[in-house]
Amino acid sequence: MAVTEQQRIAYIASQAADARVNVELQTEEMTLNLGPQHPATHGTLRIVARLDGEQVVKADVVCGYMHRGYEKLTEVRTYPQITTLINRIDWLSSFANEVPFILAAEDLMEVEAPPRAQWIRTLFFELSRIANVTLFIGEMGVQLGALTPVFFAFRDREYVLNLIESATGGRFHPNFDRIGGIKDDLPKGWIAETKDAMRRIRGYCDQLEDLLMGNEIFEARTRGVGVIPAEVGLSYGLSGANIRASGVDWDLRRDAPSPLAWKELDWKVWTHPDGDSFARYWVRLQETREATKMVDQLLEGLPSGPIQAKVPRIIKVPAGEAWAHTENPLGEMGYYIVSQGGLGPMRCKIRSASFHNISIVPWLLKGVYVPDIITILASLYFILGDIDR
Amino acid sequence: MLALQLPYWEITLIKTVIVLSIIPAGAVILGYVFLLKMMAHMQSRMGPMEPGGFHGWFQLIGDGIKFIQKEDIIPSEADRRVFALAPLVVLISTFLLYVVVPAGPRLVVENLDVGIFYALAVSSLGVIGVLMAGWASANKYSLLGSLRAAGQLIAYELPLVLAVVGVVIQADTMSLQGIVHAQANGSIFGVSLVGNPFILTQIVGFGIFLAAAQAELTQTPFDMPVAESELVAGYMTEYSGFRFLFFFMAEFGTAFALSAIAATLYLGGWYQPFFKTGVMADVLGPVILGIKVMFIAFLIFWIRFTFPRFREDQLQTFAWKFLIPLSLVNIMATAVFKVVL
Repeated sequence: MAVTEQQRIAYIASQAADARVNVELQTEEMTLNLGPQHPATHGTLRIVARLDGEQVVKADVVCGYMHRGYEKLTEVRTYPQITTLINRIDWLSSFANEVPFILAAEDLMEVEAPPRAQWIRTLFFELSRIANVTLFIGEMGVQLGALTPVFFAFRDREYVLNLIESATGGRFHPNFDRIGGIKDDLPKGWIAETKDAMRRIRGYCDQLEDLLMGNEIFEARTRGVGVIPAEVGLSYGLSGANIRASGVDWDLRRDAPSPLAWKELDWKVWTHPDGDSFARYWVRLQETREATKMVDQLLEGLPSGPIQAKVPRIIKVPAGEAWAHTENPLGEMGYYIVSQGGLGPMRCKIRSASFHNISIVPWLLKGVYVPDIITILASLYFILGDIDR
Repeated sequence: MLALQLPYWEITLIKTVIVLSIIPAGAVILGYVFLLKMMAHMQSRMGPMEPGGFHGWFQLIGDGIKFIQKEDIIPSEADRRVFALAPLVVLISTFLLYVVVPAGPRLVVENLDVGIFYALAVSSLGVIGVLMAGWASANKYSLLGSLRAAGQLIAYELPLVLAVVGVVIQADTMSLQGIVHAQANGSIFGVSLVGNPFILTQIVGFGIFLAAAQAELTQTPFDMPVAESELVAGYMTEYSGFRFLFFFMAEFGTAFALSAIAATLYLGGWYQPFFKTGVMADVLGPVILGIKVMFIAFLIFWIRFTFPRFREDQLQTFAWKFLIPLSLVNIMATAVFKVVL
């Protein structure tokens, strides 16, 4: 591609500006490397912040320290093998990662799972949402210095993980979804236990609302911090609770055609007009509570019937392209599969929510104080595996 | 103790040994009761309840062994001598605090006439050690942490002092022993059963003192200098092994000492209504004081485990725009009542 004169001048100008910043750096500003090994980054995200005192002048996100090459690996795996891989993308809600991939593959094969399988899928989807977001609700407290909530989170999340484990055999990585259905039916006594666990999670939500959200310091730390206007958020490709907290009423569970059972449930999409860290926390807390209600309804209305449609023993996906996306706990997650009729896809593009969600960080961090970096990063809620894949 | 007529150096030696043993003892008691047991109950933590069998009694000993075993790492860029000295400076400030706290009519290391003045002065010595640690570590997190600590301690030293002024006005003395006697000899509406603990008249001052003490100790919600989610461990980031243990002991030792001072200033110290003088007062004194110390330490740690932390600017605003004006009003009110009544 030819470089126009205008682009060349712009490049030189940007280089000169950088040089100027670097000269100033030695006298006034300080570069602080948050990460790759830093407790606030949940893993290996690196944020290079230029500080003037405690104020951020410029911040850059460096990701990719945990890149595992999943998009490339899918090209040399068969479809059933791929679900094992993509479990590890967003490791806190593994089952939710499998669903859009399976949906895309089913779309290409023109198979549809029976209703019971769809309902159980929805059930585990929402359970993994609860397992994921309960941790965020507690984790936010730790990032702001309140140590107690996260222990409550781990305590009550345990019940959900136990449920997932007892039904799928995998605590963190269920690998439960199959093309045309699911692996197993629910075990005996599971429904009563689940209802009990949902009661606990609702109690936990109430407790956190009381302990953390009702706290003046928490409000002072989060209100008005990291405000994302709706149009800016949309232009950066934000999704999920991050964009709903900016007042955009957009939820793929309701707004996208999906064979899963969300359409048949009575639930509400929560939004908040403020777009600040508090709003993001608030929306996620409401969504967790909403998810527990959805699980209750799913258990009530679970249809009987088979859990697996008829699919060939060796799965070969016909040539074609398909895109499927769902509203995962972190935001929109989608898979674009290009198949040439083999045992595995020719190319699989993974659209993960966190990667897009953190793209707004450099814009958001300009001019904030160091403690607010942590608040903002925590409230955007990303999982490193979901960024780097 | 003083009746034994020992030479000066022997008495000094005994006193030094006693105070030196109180610091780790106080730190261990607070660490065990509050950090391990109360926190474990509040946060549903299972770990600290397991080691050793009964109620996890071995946990703290195990922690101590762990700290001593660890390698003493000094970063190659660090200023070695300052780095090594910093924990000791912090510990010395804690040590000096214990000198004036009375535990009985005669159980006081040195009954200074300006006891509380002295205590507040030496309690701010620790910040020099913190600054030394932050500067010598050659680490940006440490530096930021220590500067935050310095800014915070300067801001909260003032409300601490001003809160105490109210007590001093009411008691007519700066000697801690004198303040205890002033409370012991007081009466509530003519009933002199429990004396007149200053918490009743100085409740505002008590609140300010607790908040400021919390900040002095860099406990949540004022733990900006050691904010683990942003500054890793603040000025302690580069410390390991027994040097870290020194910081840890200084923190809890100071918590114990400030609780003791708060108990003396506001809750009547060692005083109990049955034995005002004599051997029994000296025997019961430490017990009574200990109970009050535990009560105040409970308040401090309760807040610590419940609240998120302030941001640096909010923290300064809270001190300068709220606590200091409030304490000035408190002084005014106390002075007016003192003159009128």
